[in-house]
Amino acid sequence: MAALVLAEHDNKELKPATLNAVTAAAKLGGDVHVLVAGSGCQAVADAAAKIEGVAAVLLADDEAYAHPLAEVIAPLVVSLAGDYDAIVAPTTTNGKNIMPRVAAQLDVCQVSDVIAIEAPDTFVRPIYAGNALATVQSADAKKVMTVRGTGFPAAPASGGSAEIRPVGGAGNPGISSFVRQELAKSDRPELTAAKIIVSGGRGMGSGEAFSIIESLADKLGAAVGASRAAVDAGFISNDHQVGQTGKIVAPELYIACGISGAIQHLAGMKDSKVIVAINKDEEAPIFQVADYGLVADLFEAVPALEKAL
Amino acid sequence: MKILVPVKRVIDYNVKVRVKADKTGVDLANVKMSMNPFDEIAVEEAIRKKEAGEAEEIIAVSIGPQQAQETLRTALAMGADRAILIQTDDTVEPLAVAKLLKAVVDAEQPGLVILGKQAIDDDSNQTGQMLAALLGWPQGTFASIVKVAGDKLEVTREIDGGLETVSLNLPAIVTTDLRLNEPRYASLPNIMKAKKKQLDVKAPADYGVDTAPRLKTLKVEEPPKRAGGIKVKSVEELVDKLKNEAGVL
Repeated sequence: MAALVLAEHDNKELKPATLNAVTAAAKLGGDVHVLVAGSGCQAVADAAAKIEGVAAVLLADDEAYAHPLAEVIAPLVVSLAGDYDAIVAPTTTNGKNIMPRVAAQLDVCQVSDVIAIEAPDTFVRPIYAGNALATVQSADAKKVMTVRGTGFPAAPASGGSAEIRPVGGAGNPGISSFVRQELAKSDRPELTAAKIIVSGGRGMGSGEAFSIIESLADKLGAAVGASRAAVDAGFISNDHQVGQTGKIVAPELYIACGISGAIQHLAGMKDSKVIVAINKDEEAPIFQVADYGLVADLFEAVPALEKAL
Repeated sequence: MKILVPVKRVIDYNVKVRVKADKTGVDLANVKMSMNPFDEIAVEEAIRKKEAGEAEEIIAVSIGPQQAQETLRTALAMGADRAILIQTDDTVEPLAVAKLLKAVVDAEQPGLVILGKQAIDDDSNQTGQMLAALLGWPQGTFASIVKVAGDKLEVTREIDGGLETVSLNLPAIVTTDLRLNEPRYASLPNIMKAKKKQLDVKAPADYGVDTAPRLKTLKVEEPPKRAGGIKVKSVEELVDKLKNEAGVL
């Protein structure tokens, strides 16, 4: 039994979500191999080879993989799948984009967003925006799954010394092409990897008001999050969204400012170690999950908090 | 160009979900059901493409129980031209849904299929990608902008950290993200007109697709509740607790 993990990377760096996926794959009980598909991505393969518990790294270094187009990556994964009993990817937008395409080509029913592995064929996954947890058993010979990072601790990024094997490309069907990417430029940590997150909600009232959230985040070395209400209101871009339809996070400390605590937001952050809520409405549901609640006007409390640190 | 829009009947997003006491699933008896919100966005996008002269016909298709006809009527009232219900009371997993949709695509030959990125019941986020794989078509998932550019489709996608734009050969698959558009409400005259639009009812067997599930649900449980904490009176007390009690600062 061996599992193949699809590495998350940008051709330069291995993304931390890969480490959680390696832990999940190891729970399946066999060898763990990591596939690095990219262009000029030797450094990523080197980093993957150092992950503790990884037995081999498959390196597909080809211009065709410069951008992770599902139409190009899925056939590569399928061409390698014969040697594996399971194929695992982190629940990132890449994993979500590519893996069902792999599963359908293998005629397998994918298990999405796994948060726990009970047996090599039995998985726990949230349904209904995290309001219920389903335990499902897969009858497929090959398991194809995406795993939620917060469900599995990160494997140590050093300590391993896996061999790196080059693998051949599976060709490019030529039906899609990359045009451009607009990534938010930020010196702040990524939401899913941050130890501290400061989030704003509808209570922020405007996009400009997010500057006090950003200022507090910078003081704490934290990432900036937002509720769907704040995103829908146009205060902040969608890549900051925490929740069932955004990112699922579990930092050491989550500070929710002006967030009422809709179910869909709670589904994205309730696994945080410590939750702080600052809201002027003392009836807000966010206080039911917060370890520390402060009923206050956030426009006074947030700057005061920054000053007090 | 024809556009095919699959829609799913799901629990209304405002309804508080309750897990059944016997842990076999979620209680759907006497619960308000609606069209999956991401599918509403898909229907809206198809209508806008038709209004822009980029599509001639919109076909809504649903796989589900008889009551899914109501969901299809909603799509027709919004502006879809005709509908197909593949009627079944069984649970149909994303892979089987994709196989049924492939059969519909083979019969109808649309130039574009627009789906919601995920259904808010099982949250799988698979069907569009699977359909693209089975058809060998390109996919623009989690779309926030969809533009027809000659014989190609330019799709701006919401990805981790920002946006990505890809160019797809047509025919293609698109799955919708939240910010693609704001779906319209159906007007009363359009709701009345929708009752007269064509709605064909089929069975999975008509398409020769095996819909037997591959996953067995062993149990469905409520997630562990997070115990509520305490209220602090001031910012100073909060900082003190975070430093000395929680130890996270």
